[in-house]
Formats: sequence, structure tokens, C-alpha cells
Amino acid sequence: MRKVYKIRKGLDIKLKGEVNTEDIRTHLPELYAVEPDRFRLIKPRLLVQEGDAVECGTPVIQNKLDERMYLTSPVSGTVKRVVRGDKRKLLAIEIEPDKKEKKISFGAANPASVERTVIIEKLLKSGLWPLLRQRPYAIVANPDDTPRDIFISAFDSAPLAVSDHAFIQKNSDAFQTGLDALKKLTSGSIHIGLHEEKTDELVYAQFKNTDLNLFSGPHPSGNVGVQIHHVAPINKGETVWYLYPQDVVAIGKLFLTGYREMTRFVSVAGSEVKNTYMVEMPAESSLEWLLAGNIKEGDVRVISGNVLSGTNVGKQGFLGFYETMITVIPEGNYFDFFGWATPGFNKHSASRTFTAFLTPKRKFRLDTNFHGGERAFVLSDQYNKVFPFDILPVYLLKAILAGDIEKMEKLGIYEVAEEDFALCEYVCTSKIESQQIVRDGIDLMIKEMS
Amino acid sequence: MKKGLRKFLDRIKPSFQKGKKLHFLHSTFDAFESFMFVPDKVTDKGSHIRDAIDLKRTMTVVIIALVPALLFGIFNVGVQHFLLKKEYIGMNWQEVISAAGIWPLFWYGFLKVLPIIIVSYVVGLGIEFMFAQIKGHEVNEGFLVTGMLIPLIVPPTTPLWMLAVAVAFAVVFGKEVFGGTGMNIMNPALLARAFLFFAYPSHMSGDAPWSVAADAVSGPTPLAQAAAYNVGQMPSMSDLFFGFIPGSIGETSVLMILLGALILIFTGIGSLRIMLSVVAGGVLMSLIMNAWGANPYMEMSPLWHLMVGGFAFGTVFMATDPVTAAQTQWGKIIYGLLIGMFTILLRVLNPAYPEGMMLAILMMNVFAPLIDHYVVESNIRRRLRRVKQEIK
Repeated sequence: MRKVYKIRKGLDIKLKGEVNTEDIRTHLPELYAVEPDRFRLIKPRLLVQEGDAVECGTPVIQNKLDERMYLTSPVSGTVKRVVRGDKRKLLAIEIEPDKKEKKISFGAANPASVERTVIIEKLLKSGLWPLLRQRPYAIVANPDDTPRDIFISAFDSAPLAVSDHAFIQKNSDAFQTGLDALKKLTSGSIHIGLHEEKTDELVYAQFKNTDLNLFSGPHPSGNVGVQIHHVAPINKGETVWYLYPQDVVAIGKLFLTGYREMTRFVSVAGSEVKNTYMVEMPAESSLEWLLAGNIKEGDVRVISGNVLSGTNVGKQGFLGFYETMITVIPEGNYFDFFGWATPGFNKHSASRTFTAFLTPKRKFRLDTNFHGGERAFVLSDQYNKVFPFDILPVYLLKAILAGDIEKMEKLGIYEVAEEDFALCEYVCTSKIESQQIVRDGIDLMIKEMS
Repeated sequence: MKKGLRKFLDRIKPSFQKGKKLHFLHSTFDAFESFMFVPDKVTDKGSHIRDAIDLKRTMTVVIIALVPALLFGIFNVGVQHFLLKKEYIGMNWQEVISAAGIWPLFWYGFLKVLPIIIVSYVVGLGIEFMFAQIKGHEVNEGFLVTGMLIPLIVPPTTPLWMLAVAVAFAVVFGKEVFGGTGMNIMNPALLARAFLFFAYPSHMSGDAPWSVAADAVSGPTPLAQAAAYNVGQMPSMSDLFFGFIPGSIGETSVLMILLGALILIFTGIGSLRIMLSVVAGGVLMSLIMNAWGANPYMEMSPLWHLMVGGFAFGTVFMATDPVTAAQTQWGKIIYGLLIGMFTILLRVLNPAYPEGMMLAILMMNVFAPLIDHYVVESNIRRRLRRVKQEIK
């Protein structure tokens, strides 16, 4: 019997629009985009111009903060457009595929028999390095570090998320190769987090070089931050890297074939999707053609990622570099007549002030309405119930708001990232934007500690 | 009606914007608009979906929890008044109710209590709106509950002008000087009562006359009788439990307060942790007093202490105020225990302050941040210890 880490605090928000996991499709998009904004601690230097021909793997962006690090083109084609925002901030490099399938080879290799430096160099050159992220801070990993451990969360507990173990099973060779490469990067072990009920343990039991950890309980048990905290918490000065199973497959493929190939097994979910399904598609590709004709009437929000911590990308948006999920939910831009006083049979609440608690199995069609106005902290017990860390969330948030670096450090800023506060933000009566506060706190830490 | 109202609001909204002539009333407009319509604001960063609860909903639940105590309080004002009337002298409350009828009693109480509620809300909300206007922020919902709590913890005989002064003091110095709801250190409702107690002691509880009509004979509260060692004249336990005794409007009926407690605990808005630890602290201290037993008051049973005076009301509605209570899990337990213990200590050992609950809670309000500080420090130490273990 493996030890099960029981996560008791948390909340599973049951939403309408669950994925039909039987319906598996493939999709080849008409447009790709490299979006440097999606990466933490990458300051982009543009390497291509509009009209340039690129191959799959051609570097398009160099990181000014670490010039060994590149973002590369996901496809062979031409640079259609360079999108800039306010103050000429680089937002996206849109690439139109030419169907010629030209690829740069980074050279196949058996990771078990090459040097650590070779592995790092290959990952950096191919543009797959940013798949490796580190805690503290949830930023792109530093190639000069040797992480204490590497954590892989093999299940997603967020609303509407489903297991991707079919994809891992299908690509088990690549997964094992990826693990072999990761093993060379860390001095410690590779922890894979599995859910007692949600993940098929057998899929992961076949792989070597891993430590399997079983978790039980509601969201956020699938958050890698929660798993690290319970298995081997991060102390000051320690670094842990983390990534997700599909990222391991992409790394494995790089070593097996020598090519940069990031295929994502994506769930298309949400109450405003007509037919939900699973789809194999390349990362960083456009959602426009994928979703065309499959979205219900009305004002909707297309989210790359889950409803709690994903990004609002719009109907013409792109699947993010890291994401394996698309959620479409209705916008909530309406006035609610005495909304705070009515029984609210269709509203969801973690508290028992609405009728939702009477029907724990019922699924809700939730929209993006803010449901109130921002206030000072009033209630004190709410965050605790959904925050499975030995950290005092409100005190940490207050330390961040006060900009008190020393206090933030003492209260556990190293162990959290904004996604860990997503549920706190959801349940908050005072409507406090905790994810933004935590991100600001992390940015402040990075600035002050470097 | 809904659509018409929305259209009307949309039409007059521009005149409250910056630079327009009604701008000085924009907070007031916002308050009324968001009272009638939850705004159409959508999430733009962080979580895309949000829980349907907001502060208005939370406050509404607390008000609902107060309703049983309020309704009974109104009725009891009538009962107590009629008990002191010449025609009914010598009767107990059961006989008075059957002799006078339920409605006249309730109506009498209603006419007595309604002005108190109106004064409390008008004065308090008036000041809240003024402050919101000057500071340019939204009107906070906090006073919706405070404004109802204050009438429930004052004797029905309180002159309205006194009440108005007390409410103004509580809102300005108890809350607004700290920055409004969520920032205050002491419970504003209790502060109002403390103000009355210290500024106009002759009108407040203790041995003060409890008379509604000018011609009525005075009737002391059980706490005052206990303080005078008149243990024999105590009302029965069932009278204490149902609440047919003289006392502050909402504090007398333990049964009705328990109903409110159930609502608060069930919805998760009131902290069960605090309520239980206050009761535990009270029981503990009264047992200590029993063991000492130097005078008749010390020998009063723990159950009696829990039932009498403001103990039940304070436990359920005052100690649990999330802003002024301790915020950490362990902090809440310590905070609650100390409130319970100090209440009994004050009651028994200091006859000048027969109602210890109010003072105990106010004092612990002040100490709550300190308690929390030590709980937070212990969390920090736990984290540091982890590092040291690794180094070994």
C-alpha cells in the first residue's frame, strides 16, 4: 500500500459542459502564435520579421535575461504578423503554416547516455526549455540550477478537467525518454502525483526513475504546489522544478526524433460548447477554426486553461504554451435585480447562504459576473477551508499588500503561486483579487532578491 | 417594473459622474444602485468565475438570524410592561398573556421598539453615507447588522436622544476613524452600549429601574438581584430560557438566540469555534467560582450564568463578529475561552459591572490582534524549524 496524502481542504466546483472523453479528434490549425507574455521571466528579443520564412524549431525570440534561452517556431511557414500592444510591447508572433513540414533537427539522442549539459543545451535550443518551471515563484527554470526534486502532477483537479492518461499510454516511449532526460537534471527524485480515484495508477507504474505519490480529495489536490507542500515542502534557498505529463512527452519526443514537436491532448469543455470533445492539436495554435460553429449563441468567454486560473483569450485566441484545456463559459455582464437577496437557485456558493448546498451533485452553468463589489477583508474563516497549506493565507496576502518582504518570506511565499489562491479568490465574500496580489508579491520578491 | 427601474437608473446615472452637478452624491447613488441591482461587472483577472456570495448576502443572513430574538424582544417588552401595571399586579407572565392577549402586548412592544430601531439606523447610516461621500468610496454594508444589534442590546427605556449620541459615537470612533467596515478594532454595537453604560449609568442595566411606563413600578434585572445576593428572588430556569424576564430588548430569550445561532452556524457565517469556546470559558470560570464559594453569587451554577444577562446574545452575535474577533483558528479558541472566563469573573467579583459580557468582549477585541500575532509567530516558527531539521 502506498501512502495516500489526504487533502481535506478544497472545493470541487461542478460545472456544466463536461468533456465527452469518447469523442477524440485531431486538429491541424491554420495559424500559430508565439506569445512571450505567457512566460514568466522571459524578456523577449525579436529575431524574425513579418514575411520571414521559418521552419519548425527556428528561434523567433531570444530571452534578454538569459541569452541561451529561445522560443522557437512551432511550425514551418511564414511570419504573418508581429502583434504589439501598448508601448510597443511584443504580444505575439503569428505564423502561418506552409504545409511543407520543414523541421530543424536538434539531433536524436539517448538521454541516459549523454551528458547533463547536452540535455540542457538541447532543451534550450529547441525552445522546449520553458516547459520546465520552478518553485518558488512559478517562473521558467534557470538552466544553471540543479533542482532538489522534480515534480510532475499527473492529474488535473480543476473544474471540468479530465485525465489525459490515454495520451500518456499512447506515448509511453516518449514519456519514459523524457523521464530519463529529467532524471539527469535533478540530484533528487522525480515525484509523480496521482489521484487515488482519478488517475489510473497502472499507467504510471510502468515507468522507471519515478516516485509515485497518491493524493485524495478535492481541488486543488492536483496543483503541483499543494503536492510539493505535502510531499517535501520548499524551504528558503531550495529550488524545485515542475512540469506536467504532456510536457514530459514533448521532451521525450525531442530526444527520440530530434524534432521540436509539442502535441497537446486538449479537452474542449464548458457550458457554451455545443459538442464537447478531446482533441490532439499542436500547442500555440489558433482556436478560431477549432471552435467555429461549435459555440452557443450569446456573449461568451473563451479561456485557454481552466475557469479558475486560465487566460481569457477570446474567440480568435490561441491555446497557450502550457495549457491543455479550453473552456468556454458565458459572460456575466448583466444587472442582477436584488441578486443578493433572491433565493438564487441557479447560483453556486461554497457557503450555505444559497440553495446550492442542498444539491451537491448538481452541475452549474456559471458565468463571469463578479457578484458584488470589492470590500476590505471581513470574514476570516473562508480561505482556510479551500487552502490546503500550512500557511495563513490572509496574513500572507496582507504582508504582500504591505510590501513587507521579510514577512512574506516568513509566511511562506516560496511555497505558493497564484493558482494556489484561485479557490480563495473564488469563495471570497469581499471579492479580493488574491491571484493578482500573489503574483505582485512574487514579482516583488524576484525584484528584491536578485 | 424591473426594466423600468433599470432604465430610470441608467438615465440618471450620468448626472452623478465626475464633473456633473450631482457628483457630490455619487456614493449615495452607487449604494442605492448596487442595493437594487448587483452590478454588471465581470471578472477581468484571476478566477473567471466567482462565488455568488457577497457582503450584502452575508449581512442579510445575520439579520435573519437576529429576527427571532427581535420579535420575541418586542413581545417581551409588552409582557414586562403589563406585568408592572396596577391591574395585573401579582400575576405571572402566563396569566398576563392570557388576560391581556398576545396582540396588545406585541403592539405595545412594537411601538416602543420601532423608534429605537429607526433612530439607530437613521443616525448610523446617515454617518456612514456621509463618510463614504467624503472619502469617495462605496458605502459599506457593515452597519446593516450593527444598526440592528444596537437596539437589541439596549434597555427599551433608553431615551432616544441618548441612543442617537451613542450610535454616532460608535460609528465615528468605533469604525470610521479606523477606515470603515473590516478595519475596526472594537465591535461598534458593543461600543455604543459601553458608551451608554459609562455616560449615562443611571439609565442602564444593573440596579437601574426597568420601567417602560412612567407610572410603573421598577423591576430589577436578575443580574442586579444576584449582585445584591437576592438569590432567592431569581426567575425560574424556564423563564430565563424562554426569556420572560426584564432585560435588554433582544438579550432575554436564550431559546430565540439559539435559533439565531443555528442559522449562523448552519450557513457557516458565525464561527462555531468561537461560540463553543466562549461557553466553555464561561462554564470553566463558574465552576472555579463554585469551588471557591465565598458568597451566594459565587455559588450560582454554570447553567444559570449561561442563561442570564447578555451571555447568550454576546456569545452568538457579538463575540463572533469576524472583524473584531481573532482571525486564526487557534486564536479563536483562546479568544473565546478568555471572553467566557472574564465575563464570569467580572460579573461575580465586581458588582459595579453586573454585565461582564460587554466588557469582556470589548477587552478581548483589543487583545485579539495580539493573540493572532502569537499564532502567526508559531506558524512562522514551524516553517523555520523545518529548515533547521534539514540542515541536521
